[in-house]
Amino acid sequence: MPHPVTITLSGEQVAAILRAKLPDAVRSVAATWVVLEPEQAFEAMRIIRDDETLDGKFLIQLCSVDMITSIEMVYHFASLAQNHMFEVKIPADHERPIVASISPLWQGAWLQEREVYDLMGVHFEGHPNLTRLFLWDSFPGHPLRKDFMSLPGGQKPGLSQFPKQVVGQTGQEFRPEHPGTGR
Amino acid sequence: MPIKSEPVEVNIGPQHPSTHGVFRMVAKIDGERIVDVNMVVGYLHRSMEKLAEERTFTQNIPFTDRMDYLAAMSGNLGYCLSVEKLAGVEVPERAQYLRVIFGELQRVASHCMATGAFINDCGAWQTPVMYTFRDREKVLDLFEMTCGARLTTNYMRIGGVSYDIPEQFLPALDNLVNTELPGSFEEYEQLLVGNEIIMMRARDVGVVTPEMAINASLSGPMLRSAGIAWDLRKADPYCGYDRFNFDIPVGYNGDAYDRMIIRIEEMKQSLRIIRQAMHDLPGGPHKTDVPLALRPPAGEAYSRVESPKGELGFYVVSDGGPAPYRWHVRAPSLINLSVLREMTIGKTIADAIVTLGSIDINVGEVDR
Amino acid sequence: MIMLASLLTIVTHHWFDIRDLSNLSGAIYDILRDDLNFPNWLIYVISALLGTLGIISFIGGVAVINIWVERRVVGRMQSRLGPNRLGPFGLLQPIADAIKLMQKEVLQPTSAPGIVFTLAPILFTVPGIAIMAVLPWGRNMTLASLDVGLLYILGVSSLAALSVFMAGYSSNNKYSLFGAMRAIAMLVSYEIPIVVALLGIVLFAGTMNLQGIVLFQEDHWTLMILLQPLAFLVYFFSVSAELNRTPADISEAESEIVGGYHTEYSGMKFGLFYAAELINAVAVSAIISTLFLGGWWLYKVDEIVPGWMIYIGKIYTVYFLFVWTRGTLPRFRIDQLLAFAWKWLTPMALSNVVLVAAEVLIWDESGWSAGILIPAYIVINNVLAGVIVFSFVRLLSPKFQRFPDTLRFYPNIDVPSLPAVAAHPEPRADLPAPGARPI
Repeated sequence: MPHPVTITLSGEQVAAILRAKLPDAVRSVAATWVVLEPEQAFEAMRIIRDDETLDGKFLIQLCSVDMITSIEMVYHFASLAQNHMFEVKIPADHERPIVASISPLWQGAWLQEREVYDLMGVHFEGHPNLTRLFLWDSFPGHPLRKDFMSLPGGQKPGLSQFPKQVVGQTGQEFRPEHPGTGR
Repeated sequence: MPIKSEPVEVNIGPQHPSTHGVFRMVAKIDGERIVDVNMVVGYLHRSMEKLAEERTFTQNIPFTDRMDYLAAMSGNLGYCLSVEKLAGVEVPERAQYLRVIFGELQRVASHCMATGAFINDCGAWQTPVMYTFRDREKVLDLFEMTCGARLTTNYMRIGGVSYDIPEQFLPALDNLVNTELPGSFEEYEQLLVGNEIIMMRARDVGVVTPEMAINASLSGPMLRSAGIAWDLRKADPYCGYDRFNFDIPVGYNGDAYDRMIIRIEEMKQSLRIIRQAMHDLPGGPHKTDVPLALRPPAGEAYSRVESPKGELGFYVVSDGGPAPYRWHVRAPSLINLSVLREMTIGKTIADAIVTLGSIDINVGEVDR
Repeated sequence: MIMLASLLTIVTHHWFDIRDLSNLSGAIYDILRDDLNFPNWLIYVISALLGTLGIISFIGGVAVINIWVERRVVGRMQSRLGPNRLGPFGLLQPIADAIKLMQKEVLQPTSAPGIVFTLAPILFTVPGIAIMAVLPWGRNMTLASLDVGLLYILGVSSLAALSVFMAGYSSNNKYSLFGAMRAIAMLVSYEIPIVVALLGIVLFAGTMNLQGIVLFQEDHWTLMILLQPLAFLVYFFSVSAELNRTPADISEAESEIVGGYHTEYSGMKFGLFYAAELINAVAVSAIISTLFLGGWWLYKVDEIVPGWMIYIGKIYTVYFLFVWTRGTLPRFRIDQLLAFAWKWLTPMALSNVVLVAAEVLIWDESGWSAGILIPAYIVINNVLAGVIVFSFVRLLSPKFQRFPDTLRFYPNIDVPSLPAVAAHPEPRADLPAPGARPI
């Protein structure tokens, strides 16, 4: 029976099922996600897909986040028949990020992994056609990384005019006066 | 002496009357049959995910307009839901109802465009497009009345909607939903559903099996045409969708024809939802007060809406600052394209064009 | 013609009957032969030139007006206005189009062979104009009353297929070649239903002379369309395929191959293709109105209204039918079109011929007068046409057209638990390896 509203399985629930089948697949557990060991990642993904309780046949999305010391791959899975979803992360090295590709297991990962390779530079082993998706082949670098085209000092342009958090601030205060309105 | 023939490589796109935007397929063709197809995307890549890291959460809402530019309200809605989940912002009742009304109106407009463009691909010289655009114009007039823009509406805000509806909105909406649009949908039913030529062009073209659909993460009308009754508005109700009664149309075959009639039926169900929402529209504020540079606590959130193209999800990671640390869009058009190769190899070029039309991609979303 | 008539009226003080312009030309012959004593061959040449002048003026008018008709009528069908800026109701739009096309640069791909590339649009126009020569415009108004008029028409109109192929092949462009290949396959297969459908008419009328067919309809006080509905339907669909019009415009399918055989043409060469399509459409409408609708004869109306005006009215009625189907129907796929020609239209046309042959035999052998037989044949033919079409639809149409599936409606989500499918762990044998990079 599917749940009436999608429930998110907690990290503990997912980790319990994974540890039962593959003891050292889980590196750490958080409230809403599980971090997997990179070496056992492919086998853990196979368990995620084939296990009856987890039933992660539907890959919702995969993306990558550049935590400055590492690159994290984030996967969201869902079970349509039981109507639950859960989240799994795989860490990768920042200098040479290599992660096992899950496109042999889920066809939906095929294009998304190409996008991650294009924009973040993560190399997926076992992907049948790992080429850049959006940018041209000789594009220098990977744009979504935090050290790509950042200003010296790590400045973020455009955010310095909002120094403090004020309830009721509408933004009109920062506009120059329009000659016609007389404001 | 055997005749030697070799396949010819032909570019379909990026400038083509029928590829729904700048989308390119490189097809190897043997006679009329396609032997191999590779798609090239990225002609519309605007690096929105990178740009968003330098703007506040509210300043990123116009980006969501321009991703799927034919369903701007859905993009706005999904983004605002994910940031509200991240920051723990409550949305007042009136705002929820207004969001539902505008989301469903946007669904009607987007499906009008999708149906018209699909039949254009089937070859009717723009006649059905003109009819569906006539109805889309009426919906866009309502958008202009409320938020001033027809296409890139930028209407939802974090915590509600940006403007309350003017007083001529509800009578105009009533006229549209009860008088004009049902008549037009009757016309579409008579002209398009059961049309022999469209059936011959679109039946058994672009077939998606249920296993393939789930494995390839398809969503939206593509998933429902394969026979799987999954709709996020029922499975994971947001904005109070569990208050409304509506049905999910589900097909049998998984082909392009099923998707077309599913879209027409979804438009009718949208009208049903709008009538219920209009009837029960409560008073009250249309937005909770949220600071301009909202600083949500550090963390992440993923939330999703049922956009006309499929499951549109937003994954937002925040580090406590005014801008998102990482913002990723789960674009349904890109993921629905995962099965394009399987669907088109072995068929003719005409079938490939019809298949592409039935997936209903929007290149702004594919490329972001 | 009208100016010539007024000139002659002034010269000879003799009124000319506008319903029958042959008396005008007869008067001219008399003047030339008797008063001015021209040799016979010169009179022949001058009379041919006069007739050609009339036809060319009609064609020139047609090519201009039909552009307007197509765009405006199709626009109105699509609930939009169509051209309405230039002149009242946009009537000067075709002149603007012609001027625009004439002043455009004619781009020719350097790798296209010059002679074939230039000759193709010219060759496309010729059959349309040449067909007009044998059409009867009035009781004595035919430029060339050939006894094999119908055969001449069929032969000349096949030239159009050749010119389409010339255009596609000489463009040195893959898309054009696709268009040309599709066009050839289609045009060749639609020749047969055309010929066989017209065979029924010839059997009834007993002559291939077009004037003779119109006189047959006049003698028996009936329009051939009532007598031969099946032939009309078969001919209408086959000939709209021959004309490359929707629903059979696969060779110039804009949404797939961006123009097909005329992708590479620009300027007045493209204008010639466009105009030739319209002229062909009008020529075919003229054939249909001669053979099926009675030509210049319409139940004694031609004693009041000039016969050629009735004829032009009928031409435009049939042309409106062509424009109507163009504005309404989507297009077929190429294999569906060919299947339609070979599996549906050819057997229907052949069964029509068998039926007609039986009826003519009964007419000749038995002594019943035509007054009884013709109405009986009208009724029998219409009923049998309906029966034949209905049985074809029942027997030959694919199952999904007879039982269209409707959707299911679920009030809540319902997902079956499906087995997990391996997404290509090994490369699939029937697909090429996805590693091929695009060009």
